[in-house]
Amino acid sequence: MKVRVTITLKAGVLDPQGKAIEGALRGLGFAGIDGARQGKIVDLTLAETDKDKARATVADMCEKLLANTVIENYDIAILG
Amino acid sequence: MRSAVVLFPGSNRDHDMVKALHSVTGIKPTVVWHQDATLPDVDLIVLPGGFSYGDYLRCGAIAARSPAMLDVARKAKAGVRVLGVCNGFQILTEAGLLPGALMRNAHLRFVCKEVKLEVTNNDTDFTRAYAKGQVIRCPVAHHDGNYFADPETLARLEGDGRVAFRYAEGTNPNGSINDIAGILNEAGNVLGMMPHPENLIEALHGGFDGRGLFESVATSLAA
Repeated sequence: MKVRVTITLKAGVLDPQGKAIEGALRGLGFAGIDGARQGKIVDLTLAETDKDKARATVADMCEKLLANTVIENYDIAILG
Repeated sequence: MRSAVVLFPGSNRDHDMVKALHSVTGIKPTVVWHQDATLPDVDLIVLPGGFSYGDYLRCGAIAARSPAMLDVARKAKAGVRVLGVCNGFQILTEAGLLPGALMRNAHLRFVCKEVKLEVTNNDTDFTRAYAKGQVIRCPVAHHDGNYFADPETLARLEGDGRVAFRYAEGTNPNGSINDIAGILNEAGNVLGMMPHPENLIEALHGGFDGRGLFESVATSLAA
């Protein structure tokens, strides 16, 4: 089973990389940008076939390693 | 004072730390590989600076889950003093031994220079050799030293005197909240700091301002 974990910075946490991206986009002439936040994606391939079990395992992985919940949120999507 | 320095793949300030500990305490520290599940019985465990695991995922994230760190956590709970410098500070926050997180420097640039540090609290096992409010010189070299904590955690750190060092005289090099350069855990036996006291301990370094930290730990053990 393929599972996609999307990790994003929590609201209110300064994201200097997002700010730099926003500035560069403005520099390219893109108008109307109200913000840019950078995150990361981890794609996992698991032997598990049960979606609920896979989701629970990946949530555990997020809490223990993939995300730093002090500053980051995570979202788990089963890709099939 | 017996000490141990934990070596991770990508540590690069371990030699400096070993030299500093040897110079101040007169006893050569034991270097422990991060895969060793049991650390020797020592008075001080040090996590040195560097770029463990190439800063993959997040700085210190993978090192924080190594077998040696489980024993560091056990020993920290039992009261053994633990010092994390630079990447070592990042590893301590990732391991949950210190609150908050270290984020990318606010200006996005790697900084390698000397800053001024205020000894915010000198009533700790790591800072007793300094005077309260004393400003010392200390080098920094990092890309992710921008300390962040939620408002409640921050209020607790400040209220309980757990900010040991603060960047002084406008030298905050990374955007750290409240100019925080180093913090203690609740029990006061774990210190994490971004600056490198081990790099200012002998004449060839150009000064001795970092010695006080190691002398403080040694004195606290003798007391």
